[in-house]
Parts: sequence; C-alpha cells; structure tokens
Amino acid sequence: MFLRLAAVRRLGFLRIALWSVVVAIILVASKEAPAEYGDVVINNYSDGAGMRPVVFPHWFHRMRFRCKVCHADLGFQFKAGGNEINMVKIIDGQFCGACHNGEVAWSVENCNLCHSAKPGTPTQVHESTIQKLVAPAGQGARK
Amino acid sequence: MRRGLSGFLAALGLLALMAAGAFGQVPSWKPLAQDDLHDPAGPAVNLLQQPAAALSVLPPDGAGNMVRWVKALEEGHIQPRTALRQQTKVQVYDKDVLLNLKGGMPVVRFPHKAHTEWLDCSNCHDHLFKKQAGATKISMFRILSGEQCGLCHGAVSFPLTECSRCHSVSHAQARKELEGQSR
Ligand code: HEC
Ligand code: HEC
Ligand code: HEC
Ligand code: HEC
Ligand code: HEC
Ligand code: HEC
Repeated sequence: MFLRLAAVRRLGFLRIALWSVVVAIILVASKEAPAEYGDVVINNYSDGAGMRPVVFPHWFHRMRFRCKVCHADLGFQFKAGGNEINMVKIIDGQFCGACHNGEVAWSVENCNLCHSAKPGTPTQVHESTIQKLVAPAGQGARK
Repeated sequence: MRRGLSGFLAALGLLALMAAGAFGQVPSWKPLAQDDLHDPAGPAVNLLQQPAAALSVLPPDGAGNMVRWVKALEEGHIQPRTALRQQTKVQVYDKDVLLNLKGGMPVVRFPHKAHTEWLDCSNCHDHLFKKQAGATKISMFRILSGEQCGLCHGAVSFPLTECSRCHSVSHAQARKELEGQSR
C-alpha cells in the first residue's frame, strides 16, 4: 500500500517535471517567432510560378468575419496549404475570390497585396506550437 | 534513479521557465517589414495595415495576437460579420463541458458559448469531438501536436502556453458543479 502510494507520487512528480520542460520549450521557442500569430503562408505553387508566396493574415480577417464564414460557409479546410487554391478558382469566385472580387473587398488585380512573402518561404502557420516544438530553436530566425 | 532524473528535469524546466519569463517583455507587434515573413523588398509592406495599428486598441492579452478576442467580441470592439450574403444568425449554444476530470492538472472548462460566437457546430462536430460529454478521448499530447483543441489553439486562437485558461477549475469546484447538475 505504502509502496504503491509512493510510486504514484513519484510518477506524478515525473509527469509534472516533464510538462514543465515542455512548457519551457514552448515559451523559449515562442520568443524566436517574430511574425504575427496566426499568419498563414500558402506556397504550393507560387514559388514555382515565380510569384512571392501568399500571406493570409488571420488577425486582419477575424476582425471583420467570424471563423464560420470562411471555415463553414466558404469551405476552407483547417489546413495551411490544404485547399489547393489557385488563380483560376479565385477569379471564379471561390476561396479568396468569394470576397476579393471588387465588391466585398478589393479585387484580384492587386497581386502584390496577397503575394507578399519572402520568396522561398514554405507553406506554414507561422506561429504554430508544432512548428516550435519540432523546429530546433533558432531555425525560425535564420536570415 | 527515477527521482534524480525527475528532479533534474523539474529544475531544468523551472530554470527555463524563468529564463523565458525574463525575455517575455519584447514588444509584441513587429512591423511587417521586420517580421521575417513579408518580403521587405516588395511593395506590400508599405501598403498593408501594420498589426500594431489595429490590435493595440483592442482588449489586451499576454500571448498570441496579444488581444483577448472573446472580450473584444463580447464588448463590441469588433463586429465581425456572421455570413457573406444572407444574414444567417450564428447558432450560439451556451453549455460548458468539464473535461479532464481525472487528471492531475486542474479540470478543463470548455465553454460552448465563446466558441459558437465564432464557429459553426460543424467545425468541431463530429469529426473532432463527439456530442456527448466525456465520450471523446482527448489527450494533451495530441493537443500539443496540433489536433483536437490544438488545431485552433496554437495556430489562430489563444496559444497553448496559457495552461490555466483551459485548466481553470479546481477538482473540488468541478465535483460541486457536477453534483448540482445530476440533482
Ligand atoms: C486575394 C489574394 C490574391 C490575389 C489578389 C492574387 N493572388 Fe495569386 N494566388 C493566391 C493564392 C492564395 C494562391 C495559391 C498560392 C500557392 O499555393 O502557392 C495564388 C496562386 C497564384 C499563382 C500560382 C498558381 C496558379 O494559379 O497559377 C500565380 C501564378 C498567381 N497566383 C498569380 C497572381 C497574379 C499575377 C495576381 C494579380 C493579377 C494574383 N495572383 C493575385 C492569392 C491571390
Ligand atoms: C477570411 C477567411 C478566414 C477567416 C475569417 C478565418 N480563417 Fe482560418 N484559415 C483561412 C485560410 C485561407 C486558411 C489557410 C488555408 C489554406 O492554406 O488552404 C486558414 C487556416 C486555418 C487553420 C489551419 C491552420 C493549420 O494548422 O494548418 C485554422 C486552425 C484556422 N484557420 C482557424 C481559424 C479560426 C479559429 C478562425 C476564427 C477566429 C478563423 N480561422 C477565421 C481563412 C479564414
Ligand atoms: C470572407 C471574405 C474574405 C475572404 C474569403 C478573404 N478575404 Fe482578404 N480581405 C477581406 C476584406 C473585407 C479585406 C479588407 C478590404 C478593404 O480594406 O477594403 C481583406 C483584406 C485582405 C488583405 C489586406 C490586409 C491589409 O493589411 O490591408 C490581404 C493580404 C488579404 N485580404 C488576403 C486574403 C487571402 C490571401 C485570402 C484567401 C486565402 C483572402 N484574403 C480571403 C475579405 C476576405
Ligand atoms: C486549449 C485548452 C488547453 C490548454 C491551453 C492546455 N490544456 Fe492540458 N488538457 C486540455 C484538455 C481538454 C485535456 C483533457 C484530457 C482528458 O480529458 O483526459 C488536457 C489534459 C492535460 C494533461 C493530462 C491530464 C492530467 O491532468 O494529468 C496534462 C498533464 C495537461 N493537460 C497539462 C497542460 C499544461 C502543462 C498546459 C500548458 C502548457 C496545458 N495543459 C494547456 C486542454 C488544454
Ligand atoms: C470548438 C469546438 C466545438 C464547437 C464549435 C461546438 N462544440 Fe459541442 N462539444 C465540443 C466538445 C469538446 C464537447 C465535449 C465532447 C466530449 O467530452 O467528448 C462538446 C459536446 C457537445 C454536446 C454534449 C454536451 C453534454 O453535456 O453531453 C452537445 C449537445 C454539443 N456539443 C452541441 C453543440 C452544438 C449544438 C454546437 C453548435 C451550436 C456545438 N456543440 C459546437 C466542442 C464543440
Ligand atoms: C475550431 C477551432 C477551435 C477548437 C477546436 C477549440 N477552440 Fe477554444 N476557442 C476558439 C476560438 C476562435 C476562441 C475565441 C478566443 C480566441 O480566438 O483566442 C476560443 C476560446 C476558448 C476559450 C475562452 C478563452 C477566453 O478568452 O475566455 C477557452 C477556455 C477554450 N477556447 C478552450 C478550448 C478547449 C478546452 C478546446 C478543446 C476541447 C478548444 N477550446 C477547442 C477556437 C477553438
């Protein structure tokens, strides 16, 4: 009985110790990450087509639309790069084109406002926890 | 042996926590040209809105966008649209679900209201969570790897470093609430 109790305690301690390391890693790593939280880079095709990759700012859009407008009504999947967006679809009024049509928001001819990332930036949610845990500290800060 | 290891890990963790805290006061909204993401040589950095201009006037927070989004919506600082064309009303569901009743961390209060103000039921049900309290096997490891709650928290909504915003209810309080419900 006593032994069991002690074992349980020790296990609990180990668990808390492990978690505090995890939290610490996240916190330390999060100081590295500079871009705005929630910015999504979409780069399935852009680099290949000689355009800058696309930056989609969640902070800007969520001030104007609830998540459901895009993620339920317009059918954006919750996955960076997962919607296979291209210009044909946009001009056809799908995805970004549901709004960037000159009515709800400025239209497609403003190429540079969407295609604004540094060339070569991979598809990502810039600030995701996974990225921080997987990427060794410092990788995000490379120049 | 085990004890030594866990003691070491705990010390390491605490040290790192303190170090992280010490660096925590860096100004939060980087100008777009210096955010390591936008191309400073492109025209967009001079045309797009700077995050600081829009976000610094909203209710403050200590992580993520440094905005307490639930409050910003509740108090009317922002009025995000609920639909593009016909004004379909958001379906708000006001029920808290208590999760993690057996763990060592405090119990998690999942507020349906704060979520359904933003999201549609179909964003979570049933592909992420079943419609029955306690029926889904949720784990912190899966959350940290970007699944379940971590799909949004860690990418767009307040980040996972805010442990106590989810683990917010003491076990004693949770027991009281659950007894109250079953009566
Ligand atoms: C509303 C935002 C937006 C605007 C404006 C926009 N694009 Fe795009 N564009 C995207 C997105 C999103 C993708 C998908 C990116 C990817 O996966 O690499 C894309 C992909 C592309 C691609 C590669 C795929 C394809 O369809 O060939 C090209 C080339 C491209 N855009 C050119 C342009 C040009 C030229 C303009 C201006 C006339 C423009 N874009 C304006 C959002 C935009
Ligand atoms: C204006 C449209 C729009 C709104 C509003 C919006 N999103 Fe998104 N969201 C997107 C786009 C675009 C992507 C990237 C999809 C892609 O790359 O194909 C995305 C991606 C995501 C992802 C996936 C990130 C990953 O891990 O890959 C999550 C999670 C997400 N959004 C959550 C939210 C939440 C929560 C809200 C509300 C607070 C929200 N979004 C509001 C358009 C939107
Ligand atoms: C639900 C409607 C909607 C969708 C979908 C949408 N946008 Fe927007 N977007 C807007 C509105 C509204 C604005 C503000 C327009 C204005 O100020 O005139 C905007 C502005 C922007 C801006 C400029 C932000 C700034 O700093 O001024 C960018 C960049 C942008 N959108 C990119 C995208 C991309 C990329 C997509 C698709 C992946 C997308 N948007 C999808 C509605 C939308
Ligand atoms: C977005 C909400 C959320 C955040 C933030 C969060 N957790 Fe959790 N956590 C959960 C949920 C939900 C469970 C439920 C698991 C279950 O039902 O058994 C859980 C379970 C756990 C568990 C396993 C059960 C236990 O109590 O032993 C640990 C340990 C834990 N979390 C630690 C943390 C730590 C440390 C942090 C901060 C880095 C954190 N959590 C942040 C939602 C969250
Ligand atoms: C952000 C994700 C999310 C959204 C959006 C959401 N739910 Fe839930 N819902 C949950 C979680 C998590 C649980 C608990 C599941 C578990 O414990 O297995 C739950 C549980 C439930 C339950 C069971 C409650 C109980 O006490 O047994 C019902 C009913 C429910 N949801 C209805 C809805 C309805 C209706 C909507 C839309 C108005 C909705 N939910 C939107 C995440 C969500
Ligand atoms: C589909 C996306 C999504 C999922 C999945 C999700 N959340 Fe959230 N959550 C949000 C959004 C959006 C908000 C609004 C606040 C924000 O964005 O920071 C929010 C807010 C909250 C709040 C209130 C924060 C406050 O400021 O008062 C809590 C607590 C919370 N979530 C816990 C959870 C837990 C626990 C889970 C898993 C059981 C979960 N969430 C899953 C999107 C999500």
